[in-house]
Amino acid sequence: MAVEVRIPTILRQYTGGAKTVEGTGDTLSELIDDLEARHPGLRERLLDNGSLRRFVNVYVNDEDVRFLGAEKTQLSDGDSVTVLPAVAGGSSR
Amino acid sequence: MRYASLLDSLGRTPLVGLPKLSPSPQVRLWAKLEDRNPTGSVKDRPALRMIEAAEADGRLTPGATILEPTSGNTGISLAMAAKLKGYQLVCVMPENTSIERRQLLSMWGVRIISSPAAGGSNEAVRVAKGLAEQNPDWVMLYQYGNPANAQAHYETTGPELLEDLPEITHFVAGLGTTGTLMGVGRYLREKLPDVQIIAAEPRYGELVYGLRNLDEGFVPELYDETVLTSRYSVGPRDAVRRTRELLEHEGIFAGISTGAVAHAALGIAAKAVADGRRADIAFVVADAGWKYLSTGAYEGTLDDAENRLDGQLWA
Repeated sequence: MAVEVRIPTILRQYTGGAKTVEGTGDTLSELIDDLEARHPGLRERLLDNGSLRRFVNVYVNDEDVRFLGAEKTQLSDGDSVTVLPAVAGGSSR
Repeated sequence: MRYASLLDSLGRTPLVGLPKLSPSPQVRLWAKLEDRNPTGSVKDRPALRMIEAAEADGRLTPGATILEPTSGNTGISLAMAAKLKGYQLVCVMPENTSIERRQLLSMWGVRIISSPAAGGSNEAVRVAKGLAEQNPDWVMLYQYGNPANAQAHYETTGPELLEDLPEITHFVAGLGTTGTLMGVGRYLREKLPDVQIIAAEPRYGELVYGLRNLDEGFVPELYDETVLTSRYSVGPRDAVRRTRELLEHEGIFAGISTGAVAHAALGIAAKAVADGRRADIAFVVADAGWKYLSTGAYEGTLDDAENRLDGQLWA
C-alpha cells in the first residue's frame, strides 16, 4: 500500500533533499515508522511521545488529520499525505 | 434599499444558489456574497465592529492612530472606516501581497510598512507587535486576537445564514484570523447542534514556508479548534481551478481564496453524495477578483497561473 508523502523544505535534510517520498502503512503512525526506517530523524521532528507535534500539520488528501483520527488516521493505497509547518490558523494543541 | 450612510449599508449580503456546481437536488451549494460589502470584502464586518468596540471602551479617541497587521482586506476596511471617523491608520503588510491592495491602501491615505515575504502573515504580526511596543500611543486592534472580530460574525453573518438557509448542514470559510469560522460556527452550533463547520486553509509555496522553523508556528488567539469539524489545506492550483469554475459555471467573479473555499465545499459535497446524505453547504465568497488580476491567476493555463502564484500571498 503505497502513499506519496510531500516533505516541506525544512525537513528535506532527512530525505536527501527529496520533495516527495513514498511510504507504506495502514495508519499515519505506521507510515511515519516506515519513513523513519529510510529517513532516520524524521519521526522525531513529526512526533512528540507518539503524538503529532504542535506546530506540524499533516494532511491526507488535503484534509487535516487532527479531524480524522490524528496518528491513527487510516490510509489507503494512492492517498496523498502532505506535511507542513503550521502558519496562521495552526492547531491550538 | 436606502441607508443613512455607507457604513450603515454593511452586511445583509445575498446568499445565492449554485445550480450548475451543486451535484444533485439533495446536495446543494450556496455562496454568501461578502464582496457586496462597502469596501468589497467580508472584512468590513470585523473591521467596523473592532473600531466600535475600541471606541466604546475608550481605547480609541478622536485623532488616534490605528495599527494593524493585514495582508490587505482588513486594512482596506479599516482605512475606509478610519477615514470617515477621523483616525490615522498604519498597516503592516507582507511585501509579497498584490499591487492592487497596496494601491487601494495608499488611496485611502494609509501608511504601509512592509514585512519580509518569508513567513507571510505571521511575520507581519511579529513586526506589528514590535511597532506597538515602540509606539504605546498607537492602538492595535489586532484582528487575530480581538473578540470583536468573531463577535461581528456571531451577531451578523451567522444569523443571516440561518435566516436565509434554515436547513444548512455545512458551513465553509477560509482560515486566516479564524474570526469568520469562530463567530459563525458558534452561532450556528447553538441553533443547530449537528452543523458541520469546515475551514479551508490556503497552502502556499516554499517561499512562504521555506525559511520557517517548525517550532515557531503562529496560532491566532481567537482560534478554538473545538468549533471546527474539519479542516482542508488547499494549494494554489486547486484554488485557481475552482475560482475559474465559479466564473465559468455560475458567473461569480471571486477572489482566489474563495476558490480554495469552494474546493473544500465541493469535496464535502462529493462525500455527501457518496454517503447518500442530503446536504446544504454554504460557503463564504470573501471578496471579488478585482484585486488579484495582476497575479495572473485569471488568464492562461492552470500551470501558468500556478507558477505565477508561487511565492505570492494569494489569500
